[in-house]
Amino acid sequence: MDFVFLYETFITLISAIPMTLQLAATSVALGTVLALGLALCRVSGIAPLNWLARAYIFIFRGTPLLVQIFLIYYGLSQFRGVRRSMFWFILRDPYWCAIIALMLCTAAYSAEIIRGGLLSVPHGQVEAGRACGMSRFLVFRRIVIPLAIRQSLPAYSNEIISMVKATSLASIITIMEITGVAAKLISETYRAIEVFIVAGAIYLAINFLLTRIVVLIEYRLSPHLRQAPALQPVAAGEMR
Amino acid sequence: MTFMKTLAAGMFAAVTLATGAFAQEKTEITIATEGAFPPYNLTKPDGTLDGYDVELAHYLCDHMKIKCTIVAQAFDGMIPALNAGKFDAIMAGMSATEKRKEVIDFSMSYGSTGQAFAVLKDSDLSKMPLKDALFSLASNEEGARKAVEELKPLLKGKIIGVQTASIASRFIDEYLKDTVEKREYKTTEQHDLDLLAGRVDVIMASMGYLKTAAEKPTNSDMEIVGPRFQGGFLGAGSSVGLRKSDTALKAKFDEAITAAKADGTLKTLSMKWFGFDLTPQ
Repeated sequence: MDFVFLYETFITLISAIPMTLQLAATSVALGTVLALGLALCRVSGIAPLNWLARAYIFIFRGTPLLVQIFLIYYGLSQFRGVRRSMFWFILRDPYWCAIIALMLCTAAYSAEIIRGGLLSVPHGQVEAGRACGMSRFLVFRRIVIPLAIRQSLPAYSNEIISMVKATSLASIITIMEITGVAAKLISETYRAIEVFIVAGAIYLAINFLLTRIVVLIEYRLSPHLRQAPALQPVAAGEMR
Repeated sequence: MTFMKTLAAGMFAAVTLATGAFAQEKTEITIATEGAFPPYNLTKPDGTLDGYDVELAHYLCDHMKIKCTIVAQAFDGMIPALNAGKFDAIMAGMSATEKRKEVIDFSMSYGSTGQAFAVLKDSDLSKMPLKDALFSLASNEEGARKAVEELKPLLKGKIIGVQTASIASRFIDEYLKDTVEKREYKTTEQHDLDLLAGRVDVIMASMGYLKTAAEKPTNSDMEIVGPRFQGGFLGAGSSVGLRKSDTALKAKFDEAITAAKADGTLKTLSMKWFGFDLTPQ
């Protein structure tokens, strides 16, 4: 192993980390909003909304992300109408095309995860909230959402991690994130093993940090699973 | 049981192949091409490979009396894969550049076209000066630099599309780095699409490639403009890429290419695929 080369590769690849994080963070954030909407459609009990969300999830979960990226980037730009439209200033830019593709894809997966979380909230808890006089919205905000988040967090962390890795596909539409820069380095140096090892290690480090953060959030959200902190002992005479 | 048999057969084949790589006299080789770089190499609608490289490969193999299998492979990983022994030769319109020569060996050149620009017909770049002039970085560096200076005012701030790790990409780095914004694509067909879509203003690629690309009905808005560059790091022309250890195979390829040059095969094939003569002088 040539450690000098590994170090130089590492330094070059570091410059691409912000792009990878930006792609992952933006698409996960936007995707979650869309996913929440889709999940609410799925559990709404209104047939047209339910079927619309089902069709969306079926299509985006059933086709490869690579194909979606190609269709959005190269496919849409084939149409003169799209190139003349007001959306072209977004679709012209490879960065936004990648964000849109990643967002649409992650929304489909996350919607099912969130739906699972929503359905796992025990009916009794909702009834208890209603019995206390809470409005439907207040029950949703105070009871359903916190419990649903707690339930879906483990599955959702999987989705976030796979999104970080999926950003590597953006390199095929000229975006220079970690994999894009790595591929360029390889074509300049012809040293595939070293460069990919370093690139892999960087993804590993990012995902390690992410899993730690999710574990921390899970810990905060599940105090009921831990023993309550011991109370300060008080002398009998001081009892009030 | 069947699985174990398949496994054993596979391992046997792997061992045989590995030993085969060390033998000097080859009777069977695998040649890699890209299959997405017409007219050098292309994939026909039925999935079979064709093009200048592919037809010439068949001729060379017949001449060398070697049985050849031609496989399609991504261009950007070709050199490491050659050295890793995935195949024995590269014929993918690959130019023999100094940088590549550090890692692999090349046969003599079997075709030389030069690098050119293409733009959209209605773009302001379509009036690029020095049309059809040819500059060699090897014999006329001074002239090439002057030509680039003449292009600079027009190219200022434009986005240029090139293939990753191609010699066109290196040309932009060396001569136009601060003038244009470079965007790199995995295949040349992808930068064609983005030129037509208006995402890039100009593309740079091999003249041979651009000529066929501009002739496609879907690319009717594309036009080849400005001067051409060749020589120096742009390479003497397309050559067969070989492992440094395969000296006997290199000698065979050189001999076969010399024959193809002498009997007019290079000329016939390049007229058929490119519409102009690529025979290196």
